[in-house]
Amino acid sequence: MGFREALDSGRFVVTAEVGPVKGTETKELLEDAELIKEKVDAINVTDLQSSVMRLGSMAVCHLLVDHGVDPVFQMTCRDRNRLALQSDLLSAWVLGVRNVLALTGDHPTLGDHPDAKPVFDLDSVSLLKVIGRLNEGFDMAGNELKGSPDFLPGAVVNPGADNEAALEMQIIKMEKKIEAGAKFFQTQGIFDLDLFERFMKRVEGFRVPVLGGIILLKSAGMARFMNKNVAGVFVPEPLIKEMEATKDKVRTSVGIAAHLVKGMKDLCRGVHIMAIGWEKRVPMVLEEAGL
Amino acid sequence: MVVAEIKPFEEIKNSIREFKKVLLVGCGTCVTVCLSGGRKQVELLASALKMSRNLEGDEVIIGEKVLPRQCDPKFVDMIKDEAGQYEAVLSMGCGAGVQGIADIITDIPVLPALNTTFIGMADEKGRYLEVCAACGNCILAETGGICPVARCAKGLIHGPCGGSQRGLCEVSKDNPCVWQMIYERLVKLNKVDFLKKMSRQRKIPVRPRRLVREEPKPKKEPTKGA
Ligand code: SF4
Ligand code: SF4
Repeated sequence: MGFREALDSGRFVVTAEVGPVKGTETKELLEDAELIKEKVDAINVTDLQSSVMRLGSMAVCHLLVDHGVDPVFQMTCRDRNRLALQSDLLSAWVLGVRNVLALTGDHPTLGDHPDAKPVFDLDSVSLLKVIGRLNEGFDMAGNELKGSPDFLPGAVVNPGADNEAALEMQIIKMEKKIEAGAKFFQTQGIFDLDLFERFMKRVEGFRVPVLGGIILLKSAGMARFMNKNVAGVFVPEPLIKEMEATKDKVRTSVGIAAHLVKGMKDLCRGVHIMAIGWEKRVPMVLEEAGL
Repeated sequence: MVVAEIKPFEEIKNSIREFKKVLLVGCGTCVTVCLSGGRKQVELLASALKMSRNLEGDEVIIGEKVLPRQCDPKFVDMIKDEAGQYEAVLSMGCGAGVQGIADIITDIPVLPALNTTFIGMADEKGRYLEVCAACGNCILAETGGICPVARCAKGLIHGPCGGSQRGLCEVSKDNPCVWQMIYERLVKLNKVDFLKKMSRQRKIPVRPRRLVREEPKPKKEPTKGA
């Protein structure tokens, strides 16, 4: 069953995420994918995450297709203008990619080529519209396509925006993304289920599946770093303490993640697990969460 | 106004190194206001250049002029003859000013003494902020008078990117996320609905742009008996 069918089936869905390396090495990534592919409905491939130059998302998505995985092609507006975005979408389709996650993208200054020209010709909302147009058989300029894709477009939302205005704008933008054609949402990493529940209440009426984001904590230091530097991620102090005190970091991390997954079962339509290098531990999380 | 800053002194000095007679021209408009190319800065730069070259035993004559606007041919015409006595013009105007002079004074080099940075305004802390990118398609009516094209690091027009923390931009913690400012202003104006409606596509202008102003037709004398 592919990702689209899993979403349509109404059951709780699980997606994971892999990040290509800087270079041409794909062995480990494909091993990880093999290991988790039976347990998840789709695997996202990040697009030059954090504006760091790496192997591209489209090529890795294609490799995943060959390995029997239904990939989610993450596409940011940072590096490509509308010509390249549309062309890459068509290319991805002919390479077997069926799902696209439309993102604005981080600014290049945050990555390892800070002087790169930021493109942002389109943004997440207009990219979603473009995907919809391509699906209908037309490009952005209204020209007819000879053969068209049928992508499942998705988007992200950040339920942990750290002040009222930011959260309101996230919700307004989520509505705009739905209007522009988003058929599913994956969220930023969540550590506070109460906060997430409040968010889900707010967006209940939107009727678009939301997959709650789960980040595997690797250490207390990582948690503190994210609290300081990653927008919308907030790891509560007790969890940090737990990571600090533990003798078995993997066990504790998996335990925390599994608890969050369980909690989300009643709140949303699925989970999106960002293991950030710990992909091999994703099956443990799912098992402990009873999935 | 157009905001500019003076280039590093060594760079300016190097650019005129081969010349013995240079006409230094300030501009009385934007760069006077942002304290980078007005009369005062012309005087200071002229004396610094002369002093520095004197110390090296390589004297230079620097003529000083300030035009009301360098980007207007009728003012540049005022210095056209005088410029004939010099080997180069050093302009303390913005990029348009330098080119306004170079368009008319074509037989000697016209050099920039400023780095033109942006269209901006001064805030109460005495800083200049970029506030308009001259996008040619103004959306300020929908954004509470605060421009996301110029003031969002990504130029986003459909709302914020999700990267802001504590109301600050992900790109520079010195800057507020402009979408936060827009939201707060729209709340105050009771126009948050604008954010939901905005869905236009950003237009990327083809450069160079041109604007033709049609001359107002001279009014006809009312004809008798009409
Ligand atoms: S939208 Fe912004 S950049 Fe465009 S004209 Fe208006 S103020 Fe200038
Ligand atoms: S944080 Fe705000 S100002 Fe900065 S890039 Fe994102 S939306 Fe634009």
